[in-house]
Amino acid sequence: MAVTQLVGAKIHRREDPRLITGHGHYIDDFTRQGAAYAAFVRSPFAHARIKRIDITDASKAPGVVGVFTARDFKGQLAGTHPAAPAFVAEKKYIPERFPIAEKEVCYQGEIVAAVLADSKAQAADAANLIQVEYDELPAVMDLEKALDAKSPKAHEGAADNISWDLTYTGPEVTEAAFKEADVVVKERILQNRLAPVPMEPRGVLAEYETYDKKLTIWMSSQNPHFIRLFVSGSMGLKESQVRVISPDVGGGFGSKISPYPEDYLVPALSRLSERPVKWIETRTESMQNATHGRGQFYDVEVAAKKDGTLLGMRMTQYLDVGAYCGTFSAFQACACLMAGGAYKWKGISARTIGILTNRVPTDPYRGAGRPEATHLVERMVDLVAGQLKLDPVAIRRKNFIQPKEFPYTQNFGLVVDSGDYEKSLDRALELAGYDELRKKQADLRKQGRYFGIGLSTWIELCGFGPSAATAPATGGIALVESAQVRVTPTGSVIVYTGTHAHGQGHETTFSQIVADQLGVPYESVELRHGDTAEGTSFGYGTYGSRSLAVGGVAVSKAVGKVIDKGKKLAAHMLEAAEEDIVFERGSFHVKGSPDKSKAFGEVAFASYGMNLPEGMEQGLEAVAYFDPPNLVWPFGAHVAVVEIDAETGHVQLEKYVAVDDCGNIINPMIVDGQIHGGVAQAIAQALYEEVVYDEETGQLKTGTLLDYSIPGIGEIPAMSLDHTVTPSPTNDLGVKGIGEAGTIAASAAVINAVCDALSPLGIKHVDMPASPDRLWNMMKGARK
Amino acid sequence: MEEASKQLGKFGEDAKVLAGGHSLIPLMRLRLAQPTALVDINGIKELDHIKEDGSKLRIGALTRHVTLQNSNVVKDKLPLLAEVAGEVGDNQVRNMGTIGGVVAHADAAGDYPTIALMLDAEIVTNRRTIAAKDFFTDIFTTPLEADEIVTEVVFPVANGPHKYIKFRRRLFDWAIVGAAAQKMNGGWRIGLTNVGSTPVRAKAVEEALQKGAKPEEAAQHASDGLDPAGDLRASPEYKKHLARVLTKRAINQAEGRQ
Repeated sequence: MAVTQLVGAKIHRREDPRLITGHGHYIDDFTRQGAAYAAFVRSPFAHARIKRIDITDASKAPGVVGVFTARDFKGQLAGTHPAAPAFVAEKKYIPERFPIAEKEVCYQGEIVAAVLADSKAQAADAANLIQVEYDELPAVMDLEKALDAKSPKAHEGAADNISWDLTYTGPEVTEAAFKEADVVVKERILQNRLAPVPMEPRGVLAEYETYDKKLTIWMSSQNPHFIRLFVSGSMGLKESQVRVISPDVGGGFGSKISPYPEDYLVPALSRLSERPVKWIETRTESMQNATHGRGQFYDVEVAAKKDGTLLGMRMTQYLDVGAYCGTFSAFQACACLMAGGAYKWKGISARTIGILTNRVPTDPYRGAGRPEATHLVERMVDLVAGQLKLDPVAIRRKNFIQPKEFPYTQNFGLVVDSGDYEKSLDRALELAGYDELRKKQADLRKQGRYFGIGLSTWIELCGFGPSAATAPATGGIALVESAQVRVTPTGSVIVYTGTHAHGQGHETTFSQIVADQLGVPYESVELRHGDTAEGTSFGYGTYGSRSLAVGGVAVSKAVGKVIDKGKKLAAHMLEAAEEDIVFERGSFHVKGSPDKSKAFGEVAFASYGMNLPEGMEQGLEAVAYFDPPNLVWPFGAHVAVVEIDAETGHVQLEKYVAVDDCGNIINPMIVDGQIHGGVAQAIAQALYEEVVYDEETGQLKTGTLLDYSIPGIGEIPAMSLDHTVTPSPTNDLGVKGIGEAGTIAASAAVINAVCDALSPLGIKHVDMPASPDRLWNMMKGARK
Repeated sequence: MEEASKQLGKFGEDAKVLAGGHSLIPLMRLRLAQPTALVDINGIKELDHIKEDGSKLRIGALTRHVTLQNSNVVKDKLPLLAEVAGEVGDNQVRNMGTIGGVVAHADAAGDYPTIALMLDAEIVTNRRTIAAKDFFTDIFTTPLEADEIVTEVVFPVANGPHKYIKFRRRLFDWAIVGAAAQKMNGGWRIGLTNVGSTPVRAKAVEEALQKGAKPEEAAQHASDGLDPAGDLRASPEYKKHLARVLTKRAINQAEGRQ
């Protein structure tokens, strides 16, 4: 990479002025002339048979355009909800899923009828008038009981509740390790179910043009091209007839990757009614229907030597799939493949079981599988350290994969590209003042106070992904990325990327890269994304911390092609040989004669003119696809410091230190912002958030933000952040993803600190969320 | 006021008074409340006042939380009330929500009802004056008639040692449990929030303190007779435990101890 000014600079996000002053364009800011509004009737039961739907009163209600049930959509939509193999290629059972239920509802919130009306309020009022008679069926809620052959089934008539049961590596691979062990530590580790709660809920506006047979969908999505693929297929349209536009997206956290029933139903309603149709999700609908994250438990055993050498791990993931198999739900099984963390193991035995229940489906949620893996391994390492009376720092140092061992092939054959785990740990300990903290802890313990220090030396795999790994995992489409760079005659640059931002700041970072590489002003670079009618023919979306490490590199490759053409043209203009042309800081010049030069803008202008070299076509633009040779592997070390109120169980986060390594940094301010948000989201899981359903009836108890406790600014501490820089050898930019890092790292640090604080009481493990009532109960029990 | 009362009378039980709207509008959004008519009293300016009246402090029903929080008169005459107002919800809620609305809504998780009850405040309506102890009869239940509007809440002046501790998960949450302590006329007044269907005055604690018990001993009586319902945030046992712990802390902190 050339010497740069913009890459690495703390540039304010160019998105922010519009977004923070209310001038962004979110889905509810769009409408079409003559639009009708949709409202959906949803099942109040977790599991029931639909006996009868009476639409008489609703059909006669003011402003109603039509009332529709499953039958009406049968001729409109075909196929079932897509479920990608991801990390579980062979699934045992994927229940059929039509976007609207006909005979059976399998979770509270499943759609049973749709109303179209002239206004949103009329649609909502009329939906309330639809009478649905149900026969309630037993709800499958408990993961362990669901595995019992005698359990009721989440779907009537199913053979069992198992969506998948895959053993990656059997117990034989850890037999030697466990034989050699001085200690074996066992634990069951819960992963609380979480609701994604993007600030902007979902929404769909669809306009089907009857005579042209063209469909335009405006929606809040992380993944517009995949939505075009799925919806066109279901509606019997060609992809070329469908345009999906995803404007500013107010957060997604994974919940806007996969298609939802409304993504099919709203376009179908537009085709049925010959009117544009708009639907905006309410917050309660979002809590009920947006795919949840986590919702798992793990049974884990770790074998170690007396000196703290880790030997082997045996783990089983029990994953609540929910009522239907989510498009990427099996991706969460990557927790198994990542369970070894930053450490060397003789063997890891891993099995994943995906269990169907009568809850809303789970799907990737920020980190998806990797937070679970970090939490599991970092907890287990602390439990081993506790058993052996070793310092948590010492046991980590002893078992780290060492810098000279990269690229490192881990237990499941994945190749960790680069790392220096001790370096980030050292820096984190220094920032935290670790030795001082331990002294303070000793003093406070004498006073009967519960003060704890927790570490998380996390690693991550992201940047999906190499075609070889991802094409089989998605069912054929490799998760590469595309970009197009177009240079206008006056030298301004429009960049199209197949990724899409929902808060990441791509308009800023991608423009920084392009401006530097072309040597043009930052302001003359424009980034466009989210519209399938613009740019490359297919984009792969934003998730799995892939946008920069895959999409950014594709952009860089397209810029390279533009420069290559520019060199040819400049050689012609300067009457020099192409191989003698050097491009530097926005100027093409002849090697050794810097005076003989043409500015980038001059070359751009000339490219649209008449004086071109023999055989060259006009224009200056290029398309590139990037297929990364490997995943990228960020890492870091976090330290959380807590004090727990001995009387109330309240956890006060006293300090939070995060040292992260995402390779080369394009914009440090955006990287820090991602860490802040990610850590906050993991603190939320560790201490506050949990989706709660009634264990008998399957009723969602946390359907509002009053009951579902998202922490706010008052609950999140100021953080001390720093970075180490270990460039990735996987791509030319040397970058790794950072979008999920904070979330992957932090729950383990917080819970390790909580457990450390409570260790004088003999408490070894605490499940999430470590809420005050839970801790008070545990402390009371321990004191007895 | 007359017009408002007349309109309420016309629509009867199905009508609701709209003051700050910060409890009513969310209930309507969830369709838990579906009033056929809303009578907006925000235009009745005489309901927005803070008046000193000898040994009493008269607070107009439309007084917003933010006004109470920042009022020098309240800070001087009943600083506990100013502190409680500052702990209600977040800025948006405090800018809109009113004391009359909270009192008339009679949510046991509301903070003002606890203060009103423990200090023997009076609830004045367009028709009569009701003692706080007779006002909060059950959850969301008061003796207010369909066309009756709360106009004032009248507190005694009390500016001795005081403290309100609102135990919650998040800064802008309702209290899981709240405990208030106010020294007044040589004795203590102790109130509890969200430990039953109505606010609670912890008389057993007050009496124990009167007899010279230490705060930690007296506070053990804070849960006497309580039968709180459990919810997602706290079991009944935990709420009773919090009532004792927070009462002890409120008394200690009122007196400047930690």
